[in-house]
Amino acid sequence: MAQNVNFDLNHPLVEAGLESPVDEEGVHDSFNQLIAEQSQNGGLSDAYELQQLQRQLDEEGQDNVAYLSSPDHDFRDRRQGQRGDEWEDGERQIDPLVGERWSSATLKILSSMPSRTIGRSRGAIISQYYNKTMQLRRRRQSRPAIRDFSHSARPSIRGYGMEADTPDAEVTKRERLVNNLQNLSVSDRVRMLRGMPLSVAEKSELRRLALQKERRTLSGKRIPCCSRLKYYIIIAVRQSWYSWLSFLHSLQLWQVALKRVSGRFGTGVLSYFLFLKTLLFFNLFLFLVMGVFLVLPQAVHPPTLPAEKCIFTGLELLTGAGSFSDTVMYYGHYSNYTLHRSCRDDGGGQNISVFNGTRPDCVSKHLSYNMPLAYFFTIGVAFFITCIILVYSMSKSFGRSFRIDKSHSILAMKVFCSWDFKVIKKTSVKLMSENICTQLKELLAEVNHKRVKNTVGQRLWRLMVHGLAWAICIAGTTACVISIYFFSGYMHEVWLGGLKNTQNIQNNLSLLALPVVVSLINLLLPGLFNLAAWMEDYQSPSVRTYVAIGRNLMLKVSVLGVLCYHWLDRVAAGPTLKMKCWESFVGQELYRFLLMDFIFTLLDTLLGEFLWRLFSEKVLKRRRKPVFDIARNVLELIYGQTLAWLGVLFTPLLPAVQILKLLLLFYIKKSSVMMNCQAPSKPYRVSQMTTIFITLLCFPSFLGVSVCVTYTMWSISPSSSCGPFRGLQKMLQAGKRWVEQLEEDNPNLSVLARAHSYLVENPLFLFVGAGIFLIVIYFHSQVVDGQRKIISLLQEQIKNEGDDKKFLITRLQSIHEQKRTPARRLTNQDSSC
Amino acid sequence: MGTTASQLGKDLLSEYQELTFLTKQEILLAHKRFTELLTKDEKDLPNTRIPMERILTLPELKSNPFRKRICHVFSTSEQKDGSLTFEDFLDLLSAFSDSATLEIKSHYAFRIFDFDDDGTLDCGDLEKLVNCLTGETDDTRLTPEEMRQLISNILEESDIDKDGTVNLSEFQHVISRSPDFVSSFKIVL
Repeated sequence: MAQNVNFDLNHPLVEAGLESPVDEEGVHDSFNQLIAEQSQNGGLSDAYELQQLQRQLDEEGQDNVAYLSSPDHDFRDRRQGQRGDEWEDGERQIDPLVGERWSSATLKILSSMPSRTIGRSRGAIISQYYNKTMQLRRRRQSRPAIRDFSHSARPSIRGYGMEADTPDAEVTKRERLVNNLQNLSVSDRVRMLRGMPLSVAEKSELRRLALQKERRTLSGKRIPCCSRLKYYIIIAVRQSWYSWLSFLHSLQLWQVALKRVSGRFGTGVLSYFLFLKTLLFFNLFLFLVMGVFLVLPQAVHPPTLPAEKCIFTGLELLTGAGSFSDTVMYYGHYSNYTLHRSCRDDGGGQNISVFNGTRPDCVSKHLSYNMPLAYFFTIGVAFFITCIILVYSMSKSFGRSFRIDKSHSILAMKVFCSWDFKVIKKTSVKLMSENICTQLKELLAEVNHKRVKNTVGQRLWRLMVHGLAWAICIAGTTACVISIYFFSGYMHEVWLGGLKNTQNIQNNLSLLALPVVVSLINLLLPGLFNLAAWMEDYQSPSVRTYVAIGRNLMLKVSVLGVLCYHWLDRVAAGPTLKMKCWESFVGQELYRFLLMDFIFTLLDTLLGEFLWRLFSEKVLKRRRKPVFDIARNVLELIYGQTLAWLGVLFTPLLPAVQILKLLLLFYIKKSSVMMNCQAPSKPYRVSQMTTIFITLLCFPSFLGVSVCVTYTMWSISPSSSCGPFRGLQKMLQAGKRWVEQLEEDNPNLSVLARAHSYLVENPLFLFVGAGIFLIVIYFHSQVVDGQRKIISLLQEQIKNEGDDKKFLITRLQSIHEQKRTPARRLTNQDSSC
Repeated sequence: MGTTASQLGKDLLSEYQELTFLTKQEILLAHKRFTELLTKDEKDLPNTRIPMERILTLPELKSNPFRKRICHVFSTSEQKDGSLTFEDFLDLLSAFSDSATLEIKSHYAFRIFDFDDDGTLDCGDLEKLVNCLTGETDDTRLTPEEMRQLISNILEESDIDKDGTVNLSEFQHVISRSPDFVSSFKIVL
């Protein structure tokens, strides 16, 4: 950001000496001095200038000749009067500095003003960064004790070690900058050098000079050995950090593919694929945690299998049941005892009792692994870490896209910020230009014409249409939800009835009915919403997008809600005589849902994108391909991820399935997009939409899942014949029992036990935490309000400064004119003689 | 400082890493692409300067309407002909990289949009900018009336000190309000 023009003649920087501002290398300190100089020197250079510029001025008519012929006092008053009129004329948008014709000297001064040269002159950049490094040095250095500096030192820079800087007037700003750089810490110096908008050659020169000085001063002083060691350690740490970063960067997944997508479609469509990549990393993390802490120990110590063995048929891949049902994939397989490296030869036929039982007399006690505790804590910790990562990325994204001042510089932002430099393909560039042109025209029309006020009748009509559309959507959603409720109940009865014959293929296939119905609803109902939106005919595309997202969200939340009710209330609490392991059953259901969701997404890609493109090209004869609907696809991803998170408690291997699904989805969607779609023609605000999607991932999705899982662990009794929590009243008790056991073994830890019971079981803790959180949010919003007010005040101040500048420029011009008029009169008289 | 014939030395590589926002892989890739543009004779000379026409054959710049301005802004040649050395090329990639700060990007964006290099964006600059954005064909250009209105709207919105031009600070003020700028002002090799 540019520095303020400093009019204070006593400022220390001014005393340091001025170079000519017209010079490219020149530095800028005071504008006032410039004017004083110019008006003093005006007499000397006038004659020369006259000869040079006479013809130019006559031709271009820059100076208004009428003024020059009138007497001095009249001339000055009239000129000032006219200026005053112009300035007081508040309605004129075109300001005087543009409308007036200035002499070339004034133009030269105007063009060398600090605010205009900061964008192009090297000297200006160096002086700007000199100031920045000075500020940084002041901030970094702590205030020294008062006895350490001399009495004559200036108060403002006292003690900051700047007396050591040579006050010599010949020392240029560049050398001072090098001096400052040398005095900064290494990381600060690197950051400053990187951030300077100079060429690499100049920066490397600055760096060389700074390091040279540093080496000289370093060798000069006596450094104690421990700080030299610290210096080496810091350098080693920095090098290892750089190499770690480059290693991470080289691992970038799908870089070439993403570049092709962004080269053709721009940043909007790219954000969908980046979101997919983020979800992939979440699932990878979950899979690693589950795999290391749950699956691996259980796989190494398999429990005794039941007598009946199921043959593997191909159907297991679809239903997840059958021979998959008693594997590490599902909850039911996990042991509820402490796993030991068994020292007996007969594969542990006895069922070692849970907590109060005696331990076998094995020496390898250190290899014991308490499976129920591990299960409980792994799920808890995995969810907690995922929550932290989500909240962190959500707040970072929100901070990036939230802007304090609500000013409406839409056109300026559109013109300056809308060109996407990532787009490479020629046809896409042409398309982008067309889109920008259309958007500019629309925005111009919107901004400049008064909005036509609707009559009361028209407004009522629009309200009615909106109400009807919402009524249709809500009715559709409710109908679907109720039908899912009854259908799920019915299918569950059918399944329970057919349980006697587990090999019946028809019975197994009936398991797939519910997922298919739910996926069909998820696919077809958004079409209904689109129809309703088409009927409503929104003017603003962003409102239309938000309404579409809202309706889709409402549908998915209600569907998931009714399914959770079905599983956690009906299935869990239902007749347990027929179904031995409800958790495994729920896990299998979730596996089926995930799979069906994937299959239906494939179908939708095939039908919705591929066939629709063929249809629109051949039959409808449209030139354009269908548009890739980013919002709908991202919501599909969020829905799939919610299912995966729901299933983690019941199916520890579900993240692996989700990973496979996401990998396949990436390649399929990428090929489909490249073949069948074109970039959205409506403006797509990437930052805002990404924030919304991350928020949706955190709030309805992850929060809902956490609530479900917490409810399951807190209130539902686990099955008594399978899983790691069998025999317990609630799953939470695994943790409680462990703490009790610890307390038994070691009475000193009773404090821990009491703390545990207070923190985990007492809801007051949650309320207090939530209250503090809300208070902090309130304070921050007040701070933001205050900052808004400051911004408007500063804008006022800048406007006043601009007025000052105009005044000074015109004064300069008038002084210049005065000096010229006698000389001109002389030449006129000469020529007339 | 210059590049040796075919390889970058380790010191030079770490120096470039410190001075630019590029990672080691990106610098090596840039070096590879740069040397591909050199002719056989030029490969042996240190510190060669590639003329603008050859730089513009890079696919990342070929269709960009601002390609000539980009070359002029990052070029350090005395003849002001837009030719780039390897270090200028690194400057270009660093300003357009993922980790460059908003200040650097907005500074260079301002210089790219300043078609007459006078340090501010006046009406002529804005007009040329809009024409670059909307394309070369006539049916996508704005009418003169629309152009005039657009420019006066832009100046009204962004010219805070009312001097008729948008200087660097005003430009940066507008840019800072748009969160999409950083993600769209990117070129990746």
